[in-house]
Amino acid sequence: MTLSEATINSMVDDLPLPQNMVNTLKEDAIKAGVTKKELEEIIQQVMDNYGYACVEPCEAVGVVSAQSIGEPGTQMTMRTFHYAGVAEINVTLGLPRLIEIVDARKTPSTPMMTVALEEGYSDSRDEARKLAWQIEATHIGHLGDVTTDLAQMQLVVDLHEKTLTQRDISVDGIAGIIRDKLNVLVKISEEVDYQIIIQPNQPSYRELLQLAKNIHNVTLKGIEGIKRVVIRKDSDEYTLYTEGSELNEVLKIDGVDVTRTYTNNIAEIYEVFGIEAARNALVKEAMDTLSEQGLNVDIRHIMLVADIMTCDGEVKQIGRHGISGEKASVFARAAFEVTVNHLLDAGIRGDVDELNGVTENIIIGQPIKLGTGDVHLVATKPVKGESV
Amino acid sequence: MRNISLLDHELIPKHEILATDELQTVLNHYQIDKEQLPKIKSSDPIIQEIGALEGDVVKIIRKSQTAGEGLYYRLVIK
Repeated sequence: MTLSEATINSMVDDLPLPQNMVNTLKEDAIKAGVTKKELEEIIQQVMDNYGYACVEPCEAVGVVSAQSIGEPGTQMTMRTFHYAGVAEINVTLGLPRLIEIVDARKTPSTPMMTVALEEGYSDSRDEARKLAWQIEATHIGHLGDVTTDLAQMQLVVDLHEKTLTQRDISVDGIAGIIRDKLNVLVKISEEVDYQIIIQPNQPSYRELLQLAKNIHNVTLKGIEGIKRVVIRKDSDEYTLYTEGSELNEVLKIDGVDVTRTYTNNIAEIYEVFGIEAARNALVKEAMDTLSEQGLNVDIRHIMLVADIMTCDGEVKQIGRHGISGEKASVFARAAFEVTVNHLLDAGIRGDVDELNGVTENIIIGQPIKLGTGDVHLVATKPVKGESV
Repeated sequence: MRNISLLDHELIPKHEILATDELQTVLNHYQIDKEQLPKIKSSDPIIQEIGALEGDVVKIIRKSQTAGEGLYYRLVIK
């Protein structure tokens, strides 16, 4: 007699197995239609195999992870740049990107954001375009031509009418922003439409040339640091891709879907979304980088690395200033980088090394407490004359 | 800023403050002290949102590709 769904659920639900396995087991058992005896046998076998597949306590998972990531890493290309298929935006990939991730750099060399839009914005190209102009930093160079008039000691800016309407900026607005930010005399020309005249505070050539340079750095609209915004239609909604990353600022804009907006800058994710999101971002970025190169690394190794990097509540790098630099053992630290400094400092402080770890024991030539080194054989010698 | 719960973000797993008796079960199961758990800073945006205090332990229900769902615990530190 085959078991009912409810009985199967009650038998399988409380097993000490991962959720995925419980679900698969349930589905398959219901589909196949098993009897109680059969199910009991199946559960027994699954439990045995699961126990067999588990990592044993004290196994050196770190070394296994290091090798599992390191070996495919040797096959990665050194080529730094590549168009990652995402709307002509250049992103660092391959080995340089992987190094960037494990080094927990404050800013990646090519920061990039994926900005999802809320309903009402995501289905209209015009609304998406409007948001894009709100995000992309607009400089004077985008809006018009700047000419330096040496005779009159002034800068003449001829604005393009069409660009202004497209980006929804007024001449007055531009004049105001330049006046506030550079603290100079700004006049709107009365003779020519769409012309602004800017004069330095002191009529000197140096001031004028300095001004001509500075005016290009003033952000007139949008978010400073976002160099370019590309709109792309993914399946049936518009998504913005930005070159440059300012997560906090972008999230303040109406129409941006906060729950699906993402950046490849992990330090920013940590600040805005917290440590758990940073850990997820680490896993995602590392996995994406590896799989883009056609390398299959088990996600568990990456998860271990991400967990170690985030276990103290902040994102630490794998390296001298992070994980390896914080090891308790002097020898373990000295074995990694800047050997002499560590030994010298330890000597001055009078540090004691308990020789508990693996690295320390290898350095002084003792068996390590792992694998066969962890086993001690105790035998009782038979006394002469006694039969064993 | 608009009033949006960070916990809705797809990258952020569910965080909840662990009750004292539940904490004891967890610590007994792993045979460790509270201080041996991984940490989370009290300045973390999520900790601010759920209002956990220093010394609390938060239970994090992670979505995991390998296990479906994974439990993780972090001690709130300064």
